[in-house]
Amino acid sequence: MKEIRAAEIGAEGIGKSFGSFAALTDVSLTIGRGEFLTLLGPSGSGKTTFLMILAGFEAATCGRLRLDGADMTHTPAEARAFGMVFQGYALFPHMTVEENIAFPLKVQRRSGAEVKRRVAEMVEMVGLGGHGHKRPSGLSGGQQQRVALARALAYDPPVLLLDEPFSALDKNLRGQMQDEVRRLHRDLGTTFVFVTHDQTEALALSSRVAIFNHGVLQQIAPPKEVYERPANRFVAEFLGTINILPLTGVTSGSDGASGVFEGQTLRMAASLGAPTATFALRPEYMALHAGALPDRNSIPATLVDLTYQGAETQLALKTPGGVGLTLSQPTAALPGSLAPGAQVWVTWFADRGIFL
Amino acid sequence: MPSLSRPTLLIVPLMGFMVLTYVVPFLGVAAWSVTLPEPGLGQYQAALTDPLVLSVFLRTFRVCLVVTVITVGASYMVTLLWVRGTRMQRVLIEMCILIPFWISVLTRAFGWLALLSTKGILNTWAQNLGFLAEPLTMVRNEFGVVVGMVHFLIPFAAFPLASAMRAVDERALLAARGMGAGRTRVFAQVFVPMTAPGILGAGLVVFVFALGFFVTPAILGGGRSVMAAELIYLRIFQSPNWGLGAAISVILMVTVGGLLAVMMRRARPAAPR
Ligand SMILES: Nc1ncnc2c1ncn2[C@@H]1O[C@H](COP(=O)(O)OP(=O)(O)OP(=O)(O)O)[C@@H](O)[C@H]1O
Ligand SMILES: [Mg+2]
Repeated sequence: MKEIRAAEIGAEGIGKSFGSFAALTDVSLTIGRGEFLTLLGPSGSGKTTFLMILAGFEAATCGRLRLDGADMTHTPAEARAFGMVFQGYALFPHMTVEENIAFPLKVQRRSGAEVKRRVAEMVEMVGLGGHGHKRPSGLSGGQQQRVALARALAYDPPVLLLDEPFSALDKNLRGQMQDEVRRLHRDLGTTFVFVTHDQTEALALSSRVAIFNHGVLQQIAPPKEVYERPANRFVAEFLGTINILPLTGVTSGSDGASGVFEGQTLRMAASLGAPTATFALRPEYMALHAGALPDRNSIPATLVDLTYQGAETQLALKTPGGVGLTLSQPTAALPGSLAPGAQVWVTWFADRGIFL
Repeated sequence: MPSLSRPTLLIVPLMGFMVLTYVVPFLGVAAWSVTLPEPGLGQYQAALTDPLVLSVFLRTFRVCLVVTVITVGASYMVTLLWVRGTRMQRVLIEMCILIPFWISVLTRAFGWLALLSTKGILNTWAQNLGFLAEPLTMVRNEFGVVVGMVHFLIPFAAFPLASAMRAVDERALLAARGMGAGRTRVFAQVFVPMTAPGILGAGLVVFVFALGFFVTPAILGGGRSVMAAELIYLRIFQSPNWGLGAAISVILMVTVGGLLAVMMRRARPAAPR
């Protein structure tokens, strides 16, 4: 078993301005040793900027960076020597696959025999056996991606930074590469920081997700938590469709809270947190019934539209008060007679949902 | 003509012009080389055995090679600042490249003569300031020719180099730094190889251009370091031997053509597809 050289990174109050534009504002987080952290956010939210600051290619306007506790705010990129996989791969076009992978090893002045051994090992690891003597221009997108990964991992960097590495790949290849990255992370134990704007990718890969919006860190938590317990409405909506129900007359007691939505009294379990006037619920936690159910929350609605998506069917509904709802149901569980215009009841259990 | 698209038709006049002004006269010259003064390959034999012609060819290739290396090297540094320097540096370099471009080759050659000759500006100053006891001979020899040619050719190398440098993916350079490579290594092992097609292209342009130089060597070489183009001129206008002049022209042309063909073939795999 190889010695693991994973590092812990700390960011304290990192800010970055381009002129008067604030690309990052007061970002503080700790990336644990061997963690797989995903930076998620819409386009322009500052993900790449933050990654560039971690790598040392950009200087933060304010704030400090730590590497295993020691200050690295002003350490140049070549001294940090974190592995980096850029969007668009950034391979060296004049070098073969093997030469690309050997580059960081030669920088470290490893012996010729060791470079050779390690390159062969990496080529095998990313499944590029037989392509070692090709130039990048002779490889497919997915293969180039693997070379970039192998090159970044060849020298056991303490941290691996990946900027939207799979955005140019088709869905199948993407899934395959995600599996590969997850496997590499498990096998190597290196600290991974992965940028994406694909929510599914973020939830599937990471041990924690950091969500950015307009350069501000919104929430950093494990995938299940950001999905089911979003810190705010932005996070809730960014991670997938969510139904928002405005409540009136919210009261809370020892066994949970209750509130009124369009005349229907709803009960919320105590585990859903401190009650507010905004209740949010993911589409997959709601079900359709012909009438109200006594043991669940139930609200009446009219079916507006059905979208067949294979295994799942997406339903658009409207409450009498005009609030739009989205439900996601297994196609097999839906009655075939269901058609737009149908009057139905939407139900869910009291321990589902979240107050925003 | 349904097979010809509009853009193709538009370049027909240009192609016609080129054929009329380059190809037809060259075929005429080639015809002289095997007909004057009598039919046969006698002039080629004469050209290739004449020690004067051979020494001129040798000098031409040597000077052109030196000029090419210096021009491309100097141009690389200048272009680096032009493409990657600060705004101030860019403007400055742009002026230094473009302004000489507008000045006639004749004016520039005489300018160098004024600067470098034995009684020229440099020698006079250096002597007056006591740096030199005797004037340095910097013109009427190969040194002067090389200086004048390099100066003329730098812009021609700068353009292909600049386009190669602009095409370099910044992220590849960052990637190299991120893997721990220092500036020197990033430059030597990543940046320079990535611009290699541009270096090759610039070298080719400069070398081929230099082979045909006439005015600069004639003025700054002062008849002592005669080069191929001047020799052809001499054979045709001064010691009228049109057949020999024509044969030398054809040999030069074939050499250039062969060189181009070899270089193009070598450059092809490196070019992006
Ligand atoms: N060099 C720069 N000069 C000026 N503004 C910049 C610069 N780099 C980034 N920005 C701005 O900073 C903001 C954040 O950019 P960044 O590249 O970090 O976004 P991102 O989250 O990576 O987006 P994407 O998902 O589109 O890659 C953007 O509004 C961008 O325009
Ligand atoms: Mg980005």
